[in-house]
Amino acid sequence: MSGAEFVPLSLTPLLIGIFAAIACALPGNFLVLRRQALIGDAISHVVLPGIVVAFLTTGVIATAPMMLGAAGAAVVAVILIEAIRRLGRIEPGAAMGVVFTAMFAAGVLLLEQSDTSGVHLDVEHALFGNLESLIWLDATGWSSLFDPAALAGLPPELPRIALALLGVALFIGFFWRPLKISTFDEGFAATQGIATGALGIALVIVSAVAAVAAFDAVGSIIVIAMFICPPAAARMMTNRLERQIGWSIFFATIAAILGYVLAGYGPLWLGFGNSVSAAGMIATVAGLILAVAAVFGPCRARIGAPQGG
Amino acid sequence: MSPVELVAEDGMIAPGAAPGALDIRGLTVSYGERPAVFSVDASFAEGAMTAIVGPNGAGKSTLLKAVLGIVKPLSGAVSVFGKPFAATRSRVAYVPQRASVDWDFPTRVIDVVLMGLYRELGLLSRLRASDKARAEKCLERVGMSDFAGRQIGQLSGGQQQRVFLARALAQGADLYLLDEPFAGVDAATEKAIIDVLKSLKAQGKTVIAVHHDLSTVAEYFDEIFMINVRKMAHGPVREAFTAESLQNTYGGRLAATQIDQLTLSAG
Amino acid sequence: MLLDALTLQLGYNATLVAVGATLLGISAGVTGTFLFLRKRALVSDAISHATLPGVGLAFIVMVLLGGDGRSLPGLMLGSALSAWVGLLAVQWLTERTRLAEDAAIGSVLSVFFGFGIVLLTVIQNMSSGRQAGLEGFLLGSTAGMLFSEAAIIAAGGALSLALVLLLRRPMTMVAFDPGFSASAGIDLRRIDLAMMGLVLAVTVVGLKIVGLILIVALLIIPPVTARFWTNRTDGVVALSGLIGGVSGYVGAAISASAPALPTGPIIVLVAFALFALSLLGSPQRGVLAAWTRHRAFQRRVHLRQGLLALASGQPIYEKLTLRLLQRADLVRPDGVATEAGQARAEKALLDETRWDVLRRSASLEGTAAFYDGLTRIEDVVTPDQLDEIDAAIAAGAEASS
Repeated sequence: MSGAEFVPLSLTPLLIGIFAAIACALPGNFLVLRRQALIGDAISHVVLPGIVVAFLTTGVIATAPMMLGAAGAAVVAVILIEAIRRLGRIEPGAAMGVVFTAMFAAGVLLLEQSDTSGVHLDVEHALFGNLESLIWLDATGWSSLFDPAALAGLPPELPRIALALLGVALFIGFFWRPLKISTFDEGFAATQGIATGALGIALVIVSAVAAVAAFDAVGSIIVIAMFICPPAAARMMTNRLERQIGWSIFFATIAAILGYVLAGYGPLWLGFGNSVSAAGMIATVAGLILAVAAVFGPCRARIGAPQGG
Repeated sequence: MSPVELVAEDGMIAPGAAPGALDIRGLTVSYGERPAVFSVDASFAEGAMTAIVGPNGAGKSTLLKAVLGIVKPLSGAVSVFGKPFAATRSRVAYVPQRASVDWDFPTRVIDVVLMGLYRELGLLSRLRASDKARAEKCLERVGMSDFAGRQIGQLSGGQQQRVFLARALAQGADLYLLDEPFAGVDAATEKAIIDVLKSLKAQGKTVIAVHHDLSTVAEYFDEIFMINVRKMAHGPVREAFTAESLQNTYGGRLAATQIDQLTLSAG
Repeated sequence: MLLDALTLQLGYNATLVAVGATLLGISAGVTGTFLFLRKRALVSDAISHATLPGVGLAFIVMVLLGGDGRSLPGLMLGSALSAWVGLLAVQWLTERTRLAEDAAIGSVLSVFFGFGIVLLTVIQNMSSGRQAGLEGFLLGSTAGMLFSEAAIIAAGGALSLALVLLLRRPMTMVAFDPGFSASAGIDLRRIDLAMMGLVLAVTVVGLKIVGLILIVALLIIPPVTARFWTNRTDGVVALSGLIGGVSGYVGAAISASAPALPTGPIIVLVAFALFALSLLGSPQRGVLAAWTRHRAFQRRVHLRQGLLALASGQPIYEKLTLRLLQRADLVRPDGVATEAGQARAEKALLDETRWDVLRRSASLEGTAAFYDGLTRIEDVVTPDQLDEIDAAIAAGAEASS
């Protein structure tokens, strides 16, 4: 394919897909290891009410209020889950189920009730995202990458997700040691002066930021695939956290590229006329990668510590 | 947030008395509405090697966790070397129960030991060769040098316990708090651990360990702290480890004949 | 309008939907209780999301066979099959790999959902122009529902409710004590399988009304709410069914009473409102009750500690303890015990001595486990036993003097 076709139509969705996948996979590694994979589930569901409330209060679709709304909703959800778990002595899974379904339902209701016809916000879009539409019409070819006028026409989702990825990466890098120590041994971490509770909340907020930035591209539910599948597959490839992070980035990238290409061209190769959902295909590929890793990964099996001896 | 904020600012530690390695005043910790530890006062002298004993559910681990601020006490105060724990963190090393973590975590033995250097390394400073050498030396002290590159899930229970001890050694602390270090370990590990603890004592460090095997208390430790929700006895093993204190602590759960044997071995 | 809806006067379809939602709510509440008691509430999230590819595939197959593709029984069958595959995938990942159940649930639900979305776009292309309307399964859509569909849902709700009631005994036993049930000859695997089958049935029946994303709410919120009010398993089951039924009925009625009130979210929000009320107001486990109880408990601990310190002549360091003692007129402002304080302190000390005797007593050792510093000794021994203990104390005092 020529640059004249690739750059305007495929480059930006592809990059957005890759960035979104990596931005979610990075915190996902810690969520999976902390047995909080379903916090990812909860976060991605409450992104919707967060964004709707932000939109209803500000009246515009803008990055900053959306991010704030989603992060706020994630924090509210986590606090509610903790409160229900402790006060009602309810197991965490059930507490999560109560909170995120109720908040999601509230989001859907608010969305149905409010007039969002003029803006780019509807339930289906929130659920599936619309990666294919994030094209760069001002581009004419590879040279546009150096053309300020064309660059000004980049879809705003691209710099947004790039910034989110940068933020996520900086957070993980900066707090690498405390994150690793507290994920492995929370009690010990606390004795070392690490504020384990605050760090846990920070991880949730960072995940929420990644989720809301990825939300545009892939919708709220497929985000979960990006949180969980690449890290889960990566865990089966290595026994070292540093390498697991590397593998998860690799798998996230592969899933994004392959998913996008298969969605766009797969049906054509099979003789059908139209493409299928890129976000759905990315999740499907991520699932296939996980399946392959689960069957062939060198570190796929649990090695329980032998007792006694 | 931490229990120690209740402490010393208002001079709660008895004025005039020289602070020990660990002083506890009126400590009550409760899970739900049942105190696990009730109104415990204790002073652990510097350089002592103390066993904390008591029946299951008697609050042994809870006491350690409250000292370390891992659980929040309902009332009471703790001071470490005369100061709140938050101010003396780097002088305290903690060896949690082996079962308290997920050994499936993707990391190597040496990385776990290096976690003991966290307070020195901070967030971003690079690991130097000297840090690695120090961690390796700690592994050597517990006889685990050959396992440095091993994934922690591949270790036996005893080996995991030694890795935890090596991490505590890497902290270079003055007070060592160990939660059931001998639980479910093999004889070789038990010996390796007690050798290390005795060498710590020889260096003038303070060691406090939750211990469950009454038959080895007299051999391993010089002080005993007996707890069953309340403090039942505390002092040199020879004086405090008596038939009466055993019965107070364990009740009829310990048959009279066993008590005779135990106190004989202590005397 | 709402009154009309609540009294089922908005026409056949609205009535059938309300009846279906009520039956669905009851059976979801009852089934969900067993799932909740087995601590596997969120497995239902994987099951429900995994229905989507089945809906899509069933549509494609029916169209290829020359049918309409929108036939509700066909779509329900397809969704049940793919949900079953999803459930097996969760189990396989948990048992055969090092993934924990939460990661297995999360990956299965998102991947199946993603694949389902792919199939939906395939269908959009296939039916070029003709609206398949499968999106309605995501969040439920009762608008424009056919009479036959509403009838199927009502029948499905009734059937799954009958099945739950039939299986409730063994499921209660398994949920309460799996080990004992196995020894009593109950086949754990089959009961678990039946439970998951019921979850699946509820999910499939609920697809059209509540949608696959929110159906888990009907399985989870009612039992969690019921748990605030009772400690008995039977009670939780019954109450959870009631809460589910009320949510379904009221939710469907509210939704029918005005436009732009989607049925699924409204039902979920009604259930959540009941939950929130319970969380705040339940006399045993509610937030308000827990908070006041905790304060009272903290005061008891401090008072008791203060009395013991007074009795043994130790200084009291904690300000809260001193303040409480003063307020109860047990110590004077200068820290010296009042007469009443002296008496209470002596009583506290006597009780501690009694506990010491009790612990050493061969016949009373069992009661020693009640000791937690607060439990009154009078509450765990009979007056005769207490006399025995006091006699032992007196004897001990004589012996030592």
